[in-house]
Amino acid sequence: MSENKEIEIMQSVYDKNDEVAARINSELTQSGIYAINVMGAPGAGKTTSLIQIVKRLNDVTPYVIEGDIEADFDTKTLQALGIKAIQINTGGACHLDSPLIGKAVEDLGIKNGVLFIENIGNLVCPAEFMIGEHAKMLISTVTEGSDKPYKYPLAFEKADIILLNKCDLIPYIDFDEDFFMKGVRALNKTAPVIKVSGKTEEGFDKVVSWIMDKLNA
Amino acid sequence: MHEYPITQRIIEIAQEYATKNEATEVKVINLVVGDYSGYVASSIELYFDIIAEGSMCEKAKLNIERVVPKLKCNSCGELFIRKPFSFQCPNCNGEGSPTEIGQEFYIKSIEV
Ligand SMILES: Nc1nc2c(ncn2[C@@H]2O[C@H](COP(=O)(O)OP(=O)(O)O)[C@@H](O)[C@H]2O)c(=O)[nH]1
Ligand SMILES: [Mg+2]
Ligand SMILES: [Zn+2]
Repeated sequence: MSENKEIEIMQSVYDKNDEVAARINSELTQSGIYAINVMGAPGAGKTTSLIQIVKRLNDVTPYVIEGDIEADFDTKTLQALGIKAIQINTGGACHLDSPLIGKAVEDLGIKNGVLFIENIGNLVCPAEFMIGEHAKMLISTVTEGSDKPYKYPLAFEKADIILLNKCDLIPYIDFDEDFFMKGVRALNKTAPVIKVSGKTEEGFDKVVSWIMDKLNA
Repeated sequence: MHEYPITQRIIEIAQEYATKNEATEVKVINLVVGDYSGYVASSIELYFDIIAEGSMCEKAKLNIERVVPKLKCNSCGELFIRKPFSFQCPNCNGEGSPTEIGQEFYIKSIEV
């Protein structure tokens, strides 16, 4: 057998996802849509937070794409509130990808407003894949523990806004806020961290004013 | 589980370069995978054997060089691997910030 010949390549490998994400992003921008990729563990309160946010949007039209795996329960809840929502059937995937979003955006037929994309309940893969969003919203909770930035650094690094949810439960648990914030700030100097509660509804006004600032930017 | 499409791309790129160089078989693929690239090296290995079957890469050996993420100290500039539950620089106790090291994902070379 002859000697191996080495051919230098030095080329990053991307799947089609990134290309499609860039295309969706510019299409959404042209349609006057600001898209937010909502990430968080299962049960962190992604759907609950969306409902709280949407209630406060006033004249801005909300759209929701639900990617969470469990049936279409959340989608039905949102639709019952009169929100234009669509369910993506991911077949057990670990994160949403761009082609899925592209199709859902077409099906929703959206224009001028905010699009919330509730990603799969997972703190790893959704942070790694762009899906055409303008911003990433991470929902962490006091019940998950204060060590989450240390265990899932990428999700905290990539977030543009972080909601610390379930703050109504702080009196009942050991949540070390200083340790949590120290981790967040090592990874991310700029994202606002907003303490919220889906139960008492505290904090969501601040979240909405952050979104309005982005819309008007 | 999301490694399937990326493994397909790796094989496509390897074949493209092999063909350009008038080779009929890819013997080795040298891949660099950062631990924060979003892809798991062992899953790529699993898919590789399945996808490469019947292609120019069928007998190729997949060499994966893994890269451990490093932080850069905000005070002294030291690049370091962080300890669990800490971002502290081992050199000066300053705080480290994330870098690109550990996020890479590229084909370094192939051997034909
Ligand atoms: N106590 C408390 N419960 C909450 C809060 N936010 C959400 N929950 C509850 O947590 C559960 C999961 O919420 P959900 O919005 O479905 O989470 P998702 O899986 O991230 O969409 C539900 O039973 C909610 O009622 C909160 O701020 N405080
Ligand atoms: Mg949900
Ligand atoms: Zn240092």
